[in-house]
Amino acid sequence: MPMSTAVLFKQVSRYFDQVKAVDKVNLAIQEGEFFAMLGPSGSGKTTCLRLIAGFEQPSTGQIEIFGEAVAGVPPYRRQVNTVFQDYALFPHLNILDNVAYGLMIRGIDKKTRYQAAEEALNLVQLSGFSARKPAQLSGGQRQRVALARALVNKPKVLLLDEPLGALDLKLREQMQEELKALQKQLGITFVFVTHDQGEALSMADRIAVFNQGKIIQVDTPQALYRRPNSPFVANFVGSSNVLPPEFVKRLGLPAQWASLRPEDIQLVHSAGYSATLLSHSYMGSANRLQLVLNDQVLHALVPHHLALPPDNSQVQITWQPSDLHLMESA
Amino acid sequence: MHSKAPWGLKIAAGLGLAFLHLPILLIFVYAFTTEEKSYQWPPPGFTLKWFGVAWERSDVWEALALSLKVASISTLIALVLGTLCAAAVSRTRFFGRETISLLVILPIALPGIITGIALRSAFNLADIPFSFWTIVLGHATFCIVVVYNNAVARFRRLSGSLIEASMDLGANSFQTFRYVILPNIATALLAGGMLAFALSFDEVIVTTFTAGQQSTLPIWMLEELVRPRQRPVTNVVAVLVVLMTVLPIIAAYYLTRDGEHSAGQGK
Amino acid sequence: MNSVVASTSPSRLARLSDYAWRHPKQVLLVMLILPVLWLGVVYLGSLATLLIQSFFSIDEFSGLIKHEWTLKTYQELFVPANLDIILRTLAMAALVTMASAILAFPIAYYAARYAKGVWKALFYIGIMLPLWSSYLVKIYAWKLILAREGILNWLFTSLHLDGLLNVYLALPVVGGSSLSVSYTGTFLVFVYVWLPFMILPLQAALERVPSSLLEASADLGASAWQTLRYVLLPLALPGLIAGSIFTFSLTLGDYIIPQIIGSSRLFIGQAVYMQQGTAGNIPLAAAFSVVPIVIMGIYLWLAKRAGAFNAL
Repeated sequence: MPMSTAVLFKQVSRYFDQVKAVDKVNLAIQEGEFFAMLGPSGSGKTTCLRLIAGFEQPSTGQIEIFGEAVAGVPPYRRQVNTVFQDYALFPHLNILDNVAYGLMIRGIDKKTRYQAAEEALNLVQLSGFSARKPAQLSGGQRQRVALARALVNKPKVLLLDEPLGALDLKLREQMQEELKALQKQLGITFVFVTHDQGEALSMADRIAVFNQGKIIQVDTPQALYRRPNSPFVANFVGSSNVLPPEFVKRLGLPAQWASLRPEDIQLVHSAGYSATLLSHSYMGSANRLQLVLNDQVLHALVPHHLALPPDNSQVQITWQPSDLHLMESA
Repeated sequence: MHSKAPWGLKIAAGLGLAFLHLPILLIFVYAFTTEEKSYQWPPPGFTLKWFGVAWERSDVWEALALSLKVASISTLIALVLGTLCAAAVSRTRFFGRETISLLVILPIALPGIITGIALRSAFNLADIPFSFWTIVLGHATFCIVVVYNNAVARFRRLSGSLIEASMDLGANSFQTFRYVILPNIATALLAGGMLAFALSFDEVIVTTFTAGQQSTLPIWMLEELVRPRQRPVTNVVAVLVVLMTVLPIIAAYYLTRDGEHSAGQGK
Repeated sequence: MNSVVASTSPSRLARLSDYAWRHPKQVLLVMLILPVLWLGVVYLGSLATLLIQSFFSIDEFSGLIKHEWTLKTYQELFVPANLDIILRTLAMAALVTMASAILAFPIAYYAARYAKGVWKALFYIGIMLPLWSSYLVKIYAWKLILAREGILNWLFTSLHLDGLLNVYLALPVVGGSSLSVSYTGTFLVFVYVWLPFMILPLQAALERVPSSLLEASADLGASAWQTLRYVLLPLALPGLIAGSIFTFSLTLGDYIIPQIIGSSRLFIGQAVYMQQGTAGNIPLAAAFSVVPIVIMGIYLWLAKRAGAFNAL
């Protein structure tokens, strides 16, 4: 199957009164991709999702879904389905009717649509719940129903708005794996909105990082983590030591912002940079150190079994030259 | 501390409830009294004959029929207008939604006599003769708020994403209304409609100004109150009126009870 | 299906839906046009015609309305007899409001905090029924109770307390030849009829007070009374104010209760009724009806500042 562009944003902006919720965004999501939109709340990622679904219209710019411009096309005419953050299950319908809703609207006969709905419930491992009402289900189960209700329509693009946000940690991790497996199995393009960078890193093929209505960087999780293009991305995706240009210059490098991950800093006995160990805290698998080098505070993660010198003593630190990543923008 | 109520509070609450209910129960006793010239207590004897007498009275039947007709049509109008207002106010943010809410509440926030006189003088000015429809016009005006309050409360509970979910799954606006909105607001509308019915059925203040020569049941009762002529029949009618309003109220309560206590707050 | 945009020859309804979806402002207009015409034009229009008439006056000789702008009718409001009516109504409204608040509090508090399950439902219905049951029937019930041969007199006589009742009736202002023609009677019926309007918002406000606050207060050493005074009452205030809007406004405008049970002295509602009816002085009736509007306007403004509308 030739790869084609599933969703294309061309210079798309969305204003709410004076606020630019989405500001001149260009974006291409490939068919079959598991794509994450990551950013803090209010960064425009959810608005972008709603623009694809058709709940919002761009103020300027154009959106194409599989090559077709969708300006003025209402949500109910788009072959795109959404898993809502609050699941939005119809409280007056039982689970089976909830899942069969889209097929019912399309006028598919009762027998066929119930069969398809049962299959979709099977897919999300929820068979046997058909007769219950949404209120009788747990959060995790509702989440699966919402997923089945969207998938049963065989959408070209599935939109997921913080779908795991309301679940507790254990369930969230389990659902992350299941969602990823499901996406591989079905081959449908998933567009996934989250503010949780760990979730985006573990699930997505590619991630777009949003801030203040703009896309800062689009890349694979590995590239995003290893080569953030800006202090914002470095800080938002994982934690990082964001180093100012003056500091970088004193290391003999070009005067640019740079990112150095805490786990890339090593303690050595000699031939390193001489830093002061301010404090340390025990994190379980690692110790987190607070260091000062050339008046710059650095954080380092070192394996928990490593013996540490007392606080306020001098230590030698080093890192691989390739781990210190110079960033293009401020 | 919050499982057991102090005795003082229990007694005060109980006495308060008794104060609210005993007077109405008293009427039920009076409906069976053999005394017909005064309100003598205790009743000298008991009889069922006044129910028969009231049954034969054509003026009571006419007043009842008029009241039922007015209440039904006013309720219908209030249902349409109140639901439209509630939907507009809760679905969209627009300039002036506060004004709409205020406008809806105004007819019951202002004393009924003002609404009554205002309508009466407007009818006079416009040379509209008093009729069945002038009564309905007045009643529908203050019934809107009851439907509106019930519907707004339900719309608020109806999360906005439900409508988006329906559209997302392929339903157009009409299908969404038919399959998602209506089933979710139906009980609230039914409850609002019943309360509006009870309100209209019982209304007297505005009606005295908009009714002309016709009498609704409350107008009939008011005349009896001002100039008592047939006390026993009035007793029976009062019992009838109580029963006729109790049933829709209890029904409305059961329709809206899950977690929502908005039913009466608009009156 | 190649296109992602479903376009299976839409029905007329579906095309209308598309149009509506693309033009939300027009949909709003269509939704609001009927209600706004009804309430904004018919109802507000009527109110306006009434208010305008208060700026006209009546010709003392012919008894006809002079259609000239004047404040003369408003001056008439301040004639001692009319001022009396206004002050009497205000005093009654204030007393009724206070009495309702005192009676309502235990019921509302019990229903909000202690009533559970079936009892909660019974309490709710127990408050809703008197609220919605017939206004006239309620007044009629009190006519039965307060009648000279009625149950209250019988009760006082049976308990040999009739002397006490006679002493009370001999008192100035609150007394009268019998309870049913005294201010006390009017007051009792007003309180009875409007009490549920006080209970409901008060209960709503009390239900929003988390019980942990009361426990915190007790934990910090407050007695039950101190908790009531310093925690419960301040938090219930918006509910009290919301309820008082009802009791105050309803008392201000009522003309039937004082007409049926009470002395022959008038209240604002009766004055309006009389002026527009038998006296045929529409301008004065209009001016009189402005009084409760102005009073309630001020009251609502104050209540809004106290945040009472969240409890409605």
